[in-house]
Amino acid sequence: MAKDKEALFSQKNRKLLMDPLNDDNPITVQVLGVCSALAITVQLKPAIVMTIAVVFVMGFGNLIVSLLRNVIPNRIRIIVQLLIVAFLVILVDQVLKAYAYDVSKELSVFIGLIITNCIIMGRFEAFALGNGAWRSVLDGIGNAIGYGAILIIVAFFRELLGSGKLMGYEVLGHKAKTVAESTGVYQFGYENNGFMLLSPMALITVGVLIWFQRSKNRKLIED
Amino acid sequence: MNKNSNIYTFVFAIIMVIVIATILAFTATTLKPLQVENVRKEKMQNILSTIGVEVNRDEASESFSKYIKQQLALSPDGTVNESVNAFKMDLHKETKKPAEKQNFPIYIAEKEGKKFYVIPLYGSGLWGPLWGYIALDSDRNTIVGASFDHAGETPGLGAEINQSWFENQYIGKTIFDENNNFVSVKAIKGGAKVGDMHGVDAISGGTITADGVNDMVKERLKNYIPFLKNN
Repeated sequence: MAKDKEALFSQKNRKLLMDPLNDDNPITVQVLGVCSALAITVQLKPAIVMTIAVVFVMGFGNLIVSLLRNVIPNRIRIIVQLLIVAFLVILVDQVLKAYAYDVSKELSVFIGLIITNCIIMGRFEAFALGNGAWRSVLDGIGNAIGYGAILIIVAFFRELLGSGKLMGYEVLGHKAKTVAESTGVYQFGYENNGFMLLSPMALITVGVLIWFQRSKNRKLIED
Repeated sequence: MNKNSNIYTFVFAIIMVIVIATILAFTATTLKPLQVENVRKEKMQNILSTIGVEVNRDEASESFSKYIKQQLALSPDGTVNESVNAFKMDLHKETKKPAEKQNFPIYIAEKEGKKFYVIPLYGSGLWGPLWGYIALDSDRNTIVGASFDHAGETPGLGAEINQSWFENQYIGKTIFDENNNFVSVKAIKGGAKVGDMHGVDAISGGTITADGVNDMVKERLKNYIPFLKNN
């Protein structure tokens, strides 16, 4: 039986890409990958680079797993998936070290942490093993962006409220040793909230995001 | 073909591992020269930055040979050991040797007719190694520049040691007191007093990293006392 040829961006395929951004977000709805969302959201810049790296790893990872899905022996499929993630992550790390040395220094240990990101293994196992190549790539990229979007939102608030900066720039003014010498909001006695820099506040920020999303998105409300 | 048989599973695993290992080995070998070059130039940039010369990575080699006049390896008693190449020394391996067998690298720079002494540092922070450079003025006491870096300290907390606001605090501090005794320079929790010649502000939330920096500066500089006092 010949299948009807589907358009590259048919409604069904678009759904694969868009769903993880809101209705099926890996962090706020599936509550996966929270561990790394706590670790790398202190500043905005590493969060953005991490997002790009995860988009690459997940897009290609889903593609490879999907292409191999009919030959991977069932009993060692998890190990094979792990091997594929590790392969892609090492590749990214090596290329960054050679061509984007400063970015690689910025991310240091976090690149390696992509291997342990449960969203990646989750998508390999739940989607790529049962779907065609193109659909898997879309699903991978969609989920990676959904994950990255939350990362960037959390990092935005943590860097702004915790260190008064965005991307390393002092957007709230300069904090000097005394109130009189400071500029911006600091001259009125404003203080950075050091607690925002610690992991518990990332968890609380993610919690607030989940609450906000559920109050806006009717589809997520359970009976 | 029975995909659930042991033979199929083994053969699949072996092929998969060989293919991936080959690709990775090939990539790593191809990119190795570029990566080594990046590390070498970064080291030059770091050394130059402590004496106030900021260059980009492409100009690093050229400026390095222009400003750095001597690269010496010192024995524990402060004499020069001619047989060792100071730039190629690996401080991680060197610090593992017994104290009397170690060599201590030092770079003597000349800028606008003045002599500077750049001392490499190596120590450990909260999550991994720390390293850096401290440049002393021609009086061999006053710090003219410091540069620190780390492998994986917490971003926003301990990782701030490589930011200029932290490094620049060291400028103008002295490592010997009025009686010429070695006291080093410390990052002090809660902030250094105004006018403290041997203290700088530590980082809130980064206490263990700052302690690591303190130990590193003190332990490494200690070894250069014979050289700094005698020559």
